[in-house]
Amino acid sequence: MKPHTPLRADLALIAGWIAPGSRVLDLGCGRGELLAHLQAERRVTGYGVDFDVDNIVACVGGGVNAVQADLESGLAEFGDASFDVVVLSQTIQAMRHTEAILVEMLRVGREAIVSFPNFGYWRNRWQIVGGRMPVSDAMPYQWYDTPNIHWCMLGDFEALCAKNGISVLERVVMTGERRVSLWPNLMGSLAFYRVSRPGRAAGVQ
Amino acid sequence: MTDSSSSVGLVRAERAAFATPLPLASGSVLPAYELVFETYGTLNADASNAVLICHALSGHHHVAGRYAETDKAAGWWDNMVGPGKPIDTNRFFVVGVNNLGGCHGSTGPSSVNPDTGRPWGSTFPLVTVADWVCAQARLADRLGIECWAAVIGGSLGGMQALEWSIRYPDRVRHALLIASAPKLSAQNIAFNDVARQAILTDPEFHGGDFYAHGVLPRRGLRLARMLGHITYLSDDGMGEKFGRMLRSGEYKFGFDVEFEIESYLRYQGDKFSDRFDANTYLLMTKALDYFDPAAAYGGDLAAALAPARAEFLVASFTSDWRFSPARSRETVKALIAAGKRVSYAEIESAHGHDAFLMTDPPYVALMRAYLDRVAQEAGA
Repeated sequence: MKPHTPLRADLALIAGWIAPGSRVLDLGCGRGELLAHLQAERRVTGYGVDFDVDNIVACVGGGVNAVQADLESGLAEFGDASFDVVVLSQTIQAMRHTEAILVEMLRVGREAIVSFPNFGYWRNRWQIVGGRMPVSDAMPYQWYDTPNIHWCMLGDFEALCAKNGISVLERVVMTGERRVSLWPNLMGSLAFYRVSRPGRAAGVQ
Repeated sequence: MTDSSSSVGLVRAERAAFATPLPLASGSVLPAYELVFETYGTLNADASNAVLICHALSGHHHVAGRYAETDKAAGWWDNMVGPGKPIDTNRFFVVGVNNLGGCHGSTGPSSVNPDTGRPWGSTFPLVTVADWVCAQARLADRLGIECWAAVIGGSLGGMQALEWSIRYPDRVRHALLIASAPKLSAQNIAFNDVARQAILTDPEFHGGDFYAHGVLPRRGLRLARMLGHITYLSDDGMGEKFGRMLRSGEYKFGFDVEFEIESYLRYQGDKFSDRFDANTYLLMTKALDYFDPAAAYGGDLAAALAPARAEFLVASFTSDWRFSPARSRETVKALIAAGKRVSYAEIESAHGHDAFLMTDPPYVALMRAYLDRVAQEAGA
């Protein structure tokens, strides 16, 4: 096997939530880093999904199965309950059909992992106090050219889950490579959720 | 486009004769037959680096290289097959074969039936994709290839690659299905039937036995090809290339060639009708129409694919409306449902169905990336 470059901290956290041998669907998989790592380290099987053909080429070259598709039109290629875990990493805030994808993820998967930049992070709030929309390393766009059209904070995401009968199994909030436990919605720049529908996690439909 | 340094160079066709009768899907039996084929590159010691190229409707075994320095054109997939190319002949042993029923050297309607001493003509049995694959498997046996590193095909060729993966699960490590479909749609069959009607109603066709009359059903074949050609190009691609351009710059108010597109289609039709056999055209289109591996499973393609053990690469082209991306996605969906390893790319291209023969950069990059991994696995 080729030596792997160390996994990005946020992907490493997600990888830690995935049990060995799982069937994983990685939505917005990019160049397939997460799945390549999971295949090598955790005997995971599954597919990446990405919109960009260059990313599909990169996945294919790295031995990761990848399917080119537009997440906005749902996950029609994938059957009900066909994956243990469905991952959507730092993409949900850039989607138009935010609620639809969350529901789709838990149609095809037993569990879903969603990560997103926390709009409630104090540095963002501080820039707003200063009269401008936040721009940072994690959110390097101006208001007029950002792909991120659906900003939310921890409470917002949790409310969306509750509205759809989705329960939060686990939540981690990070800033840089450090976990945040004190005032997470203020101190955390990146949020990670492991969610499921009640009954699903136990394997009950 | 292709410099000679990356060409397989001069090649020659080989011939394999098979004396064991081949039972066909139609119920008839072909008592004996010959297949003409070409190979490029070197088969490695454990015969793990062999790649089969399956041709489409009008293709053949001459995939790459030239027979003589003076040949105007190289093999039909010379831009993909050669040293350092995506199907790299420095690493792979590549086999191209003319299918049964063809008109480029393998036994077909224009071959002489040894029982009668006359061309088979109308008596040549219809063959299916599955029949071709069985015949190809016998050729693989002959060449000492137990398992293909990859079976690759575009369009009708992709159907053969898919059939290989189902029929001989242990003999295919990778199947590459490009601009293909798991079965034809009604619209596709309709196009094929118009093409067939053009040939069948040509007075020179003589029920398929035109050889004895010393004539060729050129008109029918020409129309069939013109129709086919329209469906292989995209509206945009055709518009870009020809638009409403007139040959003489003004309307002549008659029925002679006026628009450039007319000139192009007629030229393509004429060229084709000189060199292609009408019976082969009929037979190839029927093989396309009949292909439907899911039919035996009540239409459940995932069930049909269950035995497959290969890994799959499926690719389609955005402007291809003859074998549209939606058709490739049907295959992908079924492969996923069957739990197979599959990757899928939808390549942005203006070249329509013909894109599988072109070199749009993402397509070439995809093939290169995938086949590099296939070669690594094969130790090539």
